[in-house]
Amino acid sequence: MRLTVNGTEHIVEVEPDMPLLWLLRDELGLKGPKYGCGIAACGACTVHLDGVAVRSCQIQAGDLDGADILTIEGLGTPEGPHPVQQAWIEEQVAQCGYCQSGQIMQVVDLLNQIPAPTDEDIDAIMGGNLCRCATYPRIRAAIRRAAQAEGT
Amino acid sequence: MANLRTIARRTFLIGSAAIAGGVAFGVYAYRRDPANPLLADLPEGSVAITPYVLIDAQGITLITPRADVGQGATSIQAHLLAEELDVDPHSVRTDPGPASTAYYNGKIAAEGMPFAAWDDGFVSRTGRGAGAVVGKFVGLHITGGSTTVPDGYETLRLAGASARETLKRAAADRLGIAVADLRTGNGAVLPPDGDPIPYTALAADAAALAPVSARLRDPSEWRALGKPMRRTDIVAKSTGAARYGVDMDLPDMLHATVVTNPTIGGGVVSMNTAEAEALPGIVAIHPITDGAAVVADNTWRAIKAARAITFEWGPPNLPEDTAALRALHRAALTGETRDSRFADDGDVDAALGTAFEATYEAPFLHHAPLEPANATILYTPERTEIWTATQVPTFAVQQVARITGQDEEQVVLHNLQSGGSFGHRLETLWINQTAEIALNHPGRPVRMTWSREEDMTHPFLRPMAVAHGRGATENGQVTAFDLSIAAQSVTESQMGRLNQPAIGPDVMIVAAAWDAPYAIPNRRITGHRVPATIPVSSWRSVGASHNGFFTDVLMDELIHQAGADPVAERLRLIHHEPSRKVLQTVAEMADWQGSRPADGIGRGVAFSFAFGVPCAQILQVEDTPSGLRLTDLWIAAEVGRVLDPVNIEAQLSGGALYGLGHAMLAEISHADGVIEQRNFDTYESLRVYHTPRVHVRALGSGGPIRGAGEPGLPPAAAALSNAIFAATGERLRAMPFSRHMRFA
Repeated sequence: MRLTVNGTEHIVEVEPDMPLLWLLRDELGLKGPKYGCGIAACGACTVHLDGVAVRSCQIQAGDLDGADILTIEGLGTPEGPHPVQQAWIEEQVAQCGYCQSGQIMQVVDLLNQIPAPTDEDIDAIMGGNLCRCATYPRIRAAIRRAAQAEGT
Repeated sequence: MANLRTIARRTFLIGSAAIAGGVAFGVYAYRRDPANPLLADLPEGSVAITPYVLIDAQGITLITPRADVGQGATSIQAHLLAEELDVDPHSVRTDPGPASTAYYNGKIAAEGMPFAAWDDGFVSRTGRGAGAVVGKFVGLHITGGSTTVPDGYETLRLAGASARETLKRAAADRLGIAVADLRTGNGAVLPPDGDPIPYTALAADAAALAPVSARLRDPSEWRALGKPMRRTDIVAKSTGAARYGVDMDLPDMLHATVVTNPTIGGGVVSMNTAEAEALPGIVAIHPITDGAAVVADNTWRAIKAARAITFEWGPPNLPEDTAALRALHRAALTGETRDSRFADDGDVDAALGTAFEATYEAPFLHHAPLEPANATILYTPERTEIWTATQVPTFAVQQVARITGQDEEQVVLHNLQSGGSFGHRLETLWINQTAEIALNHPGRPVRMTWSREEDMTHPFLRPMAVAHGRGATENGQVTAFDLSIAAQSVTESQMGRLNQPAIGPDVMIVAAAWDAPYAIPNRRITGHRVPATIPVSSWRSVGASHNGFFTDVLMDELIHQAGADPVAERLRLIHHEPSRKVLQTVAEMADWQGSRPADGIGRGVAFSFAFGVPCAQILQVEDTPSGLRLTDLWIAAEVGRVLDPVNIEAQLSGGALYGLGHAMLAEISHADGVIEQRNFDTYESLRVYHTPRVHVRALGSGGPIRGAGEPGLPPAAAALSNAIFAATGERLRAMPFSRHMRFA
């Protein structure tokens, strides 16, 4: 199948039931999306599929022909971070950091839908992204910071 | 290390009367510094001035041997070194360094001793000093016990200062001027006139010199320490660039996973691998201890094939279910299994009279860091390399050397940052399994990743604990406090996995209970050891994780019976001034006016003293139609000196929220000898929508410097139970509370 990942087109030949997560990690070498649960219970594997945040552990390769995928690597770089990533840096959100790629990809989608989210919006949309270090207070602060930065 | 048995005995002796001889002998024999491990394998043109500073033509590397499991250990160690070395910690490299006894932890042994951290008397001070000697002797290169900052505070600054002064000496010799005329800054020696000389250009000269010892700068001279810092890993962790063990990628690497008996140590009767072998990408299937390993060209293919293997497991060797385990704990709450009675003041039996009494319970819990357990090992007959995240690198090397049949010198461990731990990376089972697999593939690296289901069902658990509390009140005051706690011994379980005995009482069974600084006239704390069945381990704050709950819920119940104010009565009882101060501080922060500020709103206060840190919390909850909502959490703690206010806030908040989430939602239960939870859908976890606003004040009023990774946790569950009681009148004595109520 043919798919676009972070703006680059790839032709991949894998079993149709291989989850997108493992296609990205073990076939294309993109390590930003993380394996945490495999059952869409933690959100660590979150990427964008055609502009919408999805759990990549639940998307099968056979459904991806023509898909446009964005991972954390395509969002921004250490030298040129995306405004949401910049907010994550300023608020020093990460502790172990393992879930944060998924959190950030979910927040970018959240802010695309709701540019100035309330705490209730954040609770509703971010509830699927688990952080075992419980960095949630700073996740909220970083979302507010990013929303302000993008709104100006 | 063969002498660990002797040391275990000495540790016990230190806890009893034979203290003086042990200290004198230990200090005398083990004062010498272990060799610098960086010198053993030093590339041409590199200089290792101390075990903590490596300089070569490419630049400066700061060695940060305490494992970073998310608590910010790498960043604070780098800042401690950099403060004296005069380098920017963001522009130099950091490396955890090799597994080596040179990186012994001088503070951690003190945690296992029956000396209250608030007690500064002679016996306690001498005992703690002996603990440092023990730590050095056994070469405990270990991360844990909230000791990274206390242990590194002087060691790392001294290492940085020594490296700086040695480089200045080298520059002075080269320029023919006095050292006193030189200054340093930004990785260079600064002559009074002329261009800065980069440290890298002085490395070769410095290598020829004996390290120069140096005086530590006064804190008033610090540039970075004590002010808000930016973590050295924050950019990488915010951009997906951070690399963990699961991300290891080596040329020609194989991908593996394992399936083992759902009971650790349960064995295999038979297995059928025919279907699994026929799946795409499978390289090999090997029997390993208690199960099988699948080796493939992709992790998902390995996990899929592992699920296709059918097993007949050996029979479970555990009590069959949670009810049986609970019964075992309740039965242990009798005199026959008494493990310790470190506190026995007044005449408790006489004072109790018609006493209040209640039973409390804490369930088994899994650490469940989000990064599943993993290791990568490249075995060759000459040398074995390990890439993994571990808090016990020297133990991991020993275990792997035993499996590969090599000398420890042939085994090299590269320690990686961990996607969480909470104590989990003190264990090594998955590293051992990877070594077993790698032996079959000499010359090819094998990366083994546990599936979440394998991870969830093979934990080393926070022990279940059951407590019986009694107490009495008189004239509005708490006058008697009697708490008996039954739990398996974490120390016994962990030492058993090292084939070592654990001699003497286990302080962890009663930690943060026996040494709670409450001056109650009649006070008795008894520990009972439950016979070992389930493998148990150090879970963030260890014994204090359940005893903070037991102690301060019983205290709250007695204060309620006395009709006293929960803050005022605790303040009256606490005899340790820094502890009083944190409680006063948190009451000010929350503007405490009593436990029920409005209808349907409750406030719970709790206090605990663990890892030398007094920590007080007030939690406000609201009873809403959709369930109980946690709205605000105030935390105050005294850490002696605040090195990085940003990370201290993160650790105290994270510890408390980790404690709250488990108290609300989490339990590992057993049925037919097997753990019932298999993933995060059934092992529930705190989510953003549960999370209260958190307000933290970390005090640095002097005294010994302390770590903040664990002390935020112990009071949290008690604060929640106490708040729920204030809001609803319902007293919850068994965790998780979601068994009894709904959270919004």
